[in-house]
Amino acid sequence: MTIGPDSVLVKYVKNRFGPSILDTIIFRDEVTHLIKRESLAGICGFLKTDPLLQFNFLSDIAGVDYYPQQPRFEVVYHLYSIPKKHRLRLKVKVEEDEVIPSVTSIWKGADWAEREAYDMFGIVFEGHPNLKRIYMPEDWDGYPLRKDYPLKGYKDRYNPYGEERK
Amino acid sequence: MGIVDNSLEGVVQFTTLEDIINVTGKTVATIAKATKMDTVVDGVVSWGRRSALWPMTFGLACCAIEMIAAGCARYDTDRLGIIFRPSPRQSDVMVVAGTMTKKIAPAVKRLYDQMAEPRWVIALGGCASAGGPYNTYSVVQGTDLVVPVDVYIPGCPPRPDALLYGFLQLQEKIRREMPSVFARYERNRV
Repeated sequence: MTIGPDSVLVKYVKNRFGPSILDTIIFRDEVTHLIKRESLAGICGFLKTDPLLQFNFLSDIAGVDYYPQQPRFEVVYHLYSIPKKHRLRLKVKVEEDEVIPSVTSIWKGADWAEREAYDMFGIVFEGHPNLKRIYMPEDWDGYPLRKDYPLKGYKDRYNPYGEERK
Repeated sequence: MGIVDNSLEGVVQFTTLEDIINVTGKTVATIAKATKMDTVVDGVVSWGRRSALWPMTFGLACCAIEMIAAGCARYDTDRLGIIFRPSPRQSDVMVVAGTMTKKIAPAVKRLYDQMAEPRWVIALGGCASAGGPYNTYSVVQGTDLVVPVDVYIPGCPPRPDALLYGFLQLQEKIRREMPSVFARYERNRV
């Protein structure tokens, strides 16, 4: 199925949330909307409940660190509609000291995905029921997938080759 | 030298008679003379120890699959008296099979502490031996940073044959141990 600018994923969504959508990219029949942080919860709720879209499945949430760009982080939502068999990607830019609304109230599956983004990048999801580390030990210091985190980690008793902690 | 220094506890373990001689120096004359009786007793004891090496089932990553394969019908460690046990209390040897992360390291140490002595450790695979390809923030750079290791098995992952060979090497190591001489040394030391 070829997706053009008249597709329901593009035109219909843009008509509804025009000012909140900063950019739309169509590449190889995949649609990506870059949206404003404040309107994330509203757009996600609409995408899930609207009868033409029915995005009832959240495939994944990814965090990206664009250091040293400003704003630094980007959160990427991969959505799929099981009844409509179409996909959509949402991107939201987040600054280091900003919080982003959680979508756990819309998709339950966002719980662990948001915890992963928090664990690896330190992105805080406001309204998450249990925002704590999921991979690293709970007393871990720092966020390993950030660009300014040393690749080999900090030196400790388990890793004599790590970087000295400043 | 076969001395294992567990830096976390400061425990020094002697594995052969030569180690005791090398370390204790002057006291050699009093403690390290192995009599004929020692040879017989130690021979029987170490035969018993090496003939029923019960490893603890302890898989961390893909090496665990090879360890399981070694325990199954084709390679069949049971015929060597190597029977996998589900509890550290019943085990003689811990096979650290796979990548050890910093998160699991305290659990590995704890399980080792729960094993009854005498106990041995086999590091299975490149990751357990020295961190393998993962010189990263989350991976322990070798099991010997957490517990003392007796046998290192290279490979990524090693085939079950390699694990079997590792067990045979450990048996050879146990065969050379002098438990009663060591016990006498321990008594005389205090």
